[in-house]
Amino acid sequence: MRVSLFITCYNDTLFPETGKSVVKVLERLGHTVEFPAGQTCCGQMHYNTGYQSEAMPLVQRFVDQFREAEAVVVPSSSCVAMMKDHYPKMAAEIGDAKLIADVDALLPRVYEFSEFLTRGLGLEDVGAYYPHRVTYHASCHGLRNLELGDGPLRLLKAVRGIDLVPLEGLEQCCGFGGTFAVKNADVSSAMLSEKTTAILNTKAEACTACDNSCLMHIQGALHRQRTGVKTVHLAEILAGDEGAAR
Amino acid sequence: MSGVALDPKTSPVFPMAAKAALGDTQMRKNVRHATNVIQTKRGRVVGEMPDWQQLREAGKQIRQHTMEHLDFYLEQFEENCTRVGGVVHWARDAEEAKRIVTGLVKASGSDEVIKIKSMTTEEIHLNDALEAAGIHAYETDLAELIIQLGQDQPSHIVVPALHKNRQQIREIFQRKMNLPELGESPQDLADAARMFLREKFLRVKTGVSGANFLIAETGGVCIVESEGNGRMCLTLPETLITIAGIDKVLPRFQDLEVVLQLLPRSATGERMNPYNSIWTGVKEGDGPRAFHVVLMDNARTEILADKEGRQTLNCIRCGACQNVCPVYRQTGGQAYGSVYAGPIGAILTPQLQEMHHAQSLPYASSLCGACYEVCPVKINIPEVLIHLRNKVVKQNTAGIVGLFDVEAGAMKAMAMIFKSERRFRAAQRLGRMAETPLVRKDGRGVGWIGWLPGMLGGWTQVRDLQEMPKETFRDWWEKRRTNGN
Ligand code: SF4
Repeated sequence: MRVSLFITCYNDTLFPETGKSVVKVLERLGHTVEFPAGQTCCGQMHYNTGYQSEAMPLVQRFVDQFREAEAVVVPSSSCVAMMKDHYPKMAAEIGDAKLIADVDALLPRVYEFSEFLTRGLGLEDVGAYYPHRVTYHASCHGLRNLELGDGPLRLLKAVRGIDLVPLEGLEQCCGFGGTFAVKNADVSSAMLSEKTTAILNTKAEACTACDNSCLMHIQGALHRQRTGVKTVHLAEILAGDEGAAR
Repeated sequence: MSGVALDPKTSPVFPMAAKAALGDTQMRKNVRHATNVIQTKRGRVVGEMPDWQQLREAGKQIRQHTMEHLDFYLEQFEENCTRVGGVVHWARDAEEAKRIVTGLVKASGSDEVIKIKSMTTEEIHLNDALEAAGIHAYETDLAELIIQLGQDQPSHIVVPALHKNRQQIREIFQRKMNLPELGESPQDLADAARMFLREKFLRVKTGVSGANFLIAETGGVCIVESEGNGRMCLTLPETLITIAGIDKVLPRFQDLEVVLQLLPRSATGERMNPYNSIWTGVKEGDGPRAFHVVLMDNARTEILADKEGRQTLNCIRCGACQNVCPVYRQTGGQAYGSVYAGPIGAILTPQLQEMHHAQSLPYASSLCGACYEVCPVKINIPEVLIHLRNKVVKQNTAGIVGLFDVEAGAMKAMAMIFKSERRFRAAQRLGRMAETPLVRKDGRGVGWIGWLPGMLGGWTQVRDLQEMPKETFRDWWEKRRTNGN
């Protein structure tokens, strides 16, 4: 299949390894990856913080960049949720009939990365090897907006060598919430501290998730506390192979 | 905790109030314990309902339909209530509602009232108004009694004293009921409250209640509760005054079939409330001889006029969204500066203030969506939060002052950047340069930022930030392409 990668602005800038891993997994599975060069951001930060009109032009941009895609894969569930939950409404508000139709036609082909593997391709075993103790954090947007369910966990279970340990309070928000983390820094920290305690209790070497946004927030505290536990995007685990194993 | 009424007009912004609340370890422990207990019970009784999702949908449809025809159903309620001997009063706002109730109590010839728990009366601070008019109100709901005796404020719409534990309650009772020997078993506390309240039930001739539902078809009023104290307030007095927001109406008696399944399971994790009271007008020789209903607007029609905010009025005040909310569970209810706390408070309070106060509340959420998931009438709370954030931004960026809003400036600059790939790449490069002075290398040569300026400092309070990688994904992609891979 011809897969178009929407890397998202923050993964592009801060987590290029995640993008590289997505490319590696998809190519290993025999798919062709394309990267439309004009892509920037889905508009989530603006939209969710109350700057709706600033987010509006990004709907058109996204459609322009991905109109021709067979499937759009996004390694960030909150960005996919942004598009699925709000783009139709935004297009309707802009009132451009063509845009409304384009959004309607495009959205069913947009997948969060793990969702593309499990639902789009019907896979669980993607041939990965990752000999480490890992716990999985379900991000809220993946869990509730996209209803990923145990999809990511099934992918992880099929990874060879992995020691997967369940995380207590899986359905609990980690406290990131985009600008929430700075606007309500104290509450966000309190929520985060529960999450890091749960992670440390698993004795895992790494915490994984489908969203680098949550992971950046969790990693920030794990590093500050000098825990030695790292965070790693699901794609990077699935990209692991025997050759790459350290 | 203080005797000063929770008022969105004068309350500190949420982040400040939350910071203070986070320091109250005992309160946080109590909130955590109580919300865990209720959530577990809720999970059990919701889990046994195979048609829960259909019930939620039915609840949503009923409430939505009612709001779309609210004028019709309110008039129908008035007509039917009047027909069976009730007197209906209309109050535009809190002041008018308080004036009407105070006048009615005085006319009943009493300078005392017994009250069944009512968040609507808390919303308008009715007790203060009564007190100012020389009328003493006795709260009879156990939790409200604890709040009243402790000169405290409610922290939850269903369990107002949720932030207090048993020892603290015993201490309040010992002090205020003059019972130095009182034990701390639930039985001891219930007995003390019973002794204290019985005398009031038998003596006081006027009752004030809220309403869970007003039934348009019959003119009846419905209240559900767990203790029976409400039933006492509704049946023993000679005069009963019910005050209800205009959003409390239901079209038909039969609609109770749906909402009385949704409400108790969501609220207290019970299949049914122990006491379900429905009274319709007055009857010779049975119950109060005079019955008044005060239908209060207090900004509800403004909410109704807002297409996207409107679903807020569908709320049946079950409190499930509070119990599940990770923010509420950290801070407790009083940090919200309003009797409506948690997710429902974050959307209802600013709208009840017509967006003049409580602008920090729509931001008191990580948008995790747990509230939407449990809401028995499927109110999409995150969607309303975002809608209200937009209203706040519009307020803050209006006029000359708006030009100097730092956040808005940054947001607009970012929006410009995202409009062009070229600008985006330039910004990525610029970001790397800008962060350089803040980066410190760790033992493994990885750079971390431990301090950020201004608003971003919230991030580095408890977290580090890894430095930006040398190469963005798109740089890597292009290199790979040109290298012919
Ligand atoms: S918003 Fe929904 S969950 Fe929250 S109190 Fe109202 S009905 Fe219950």
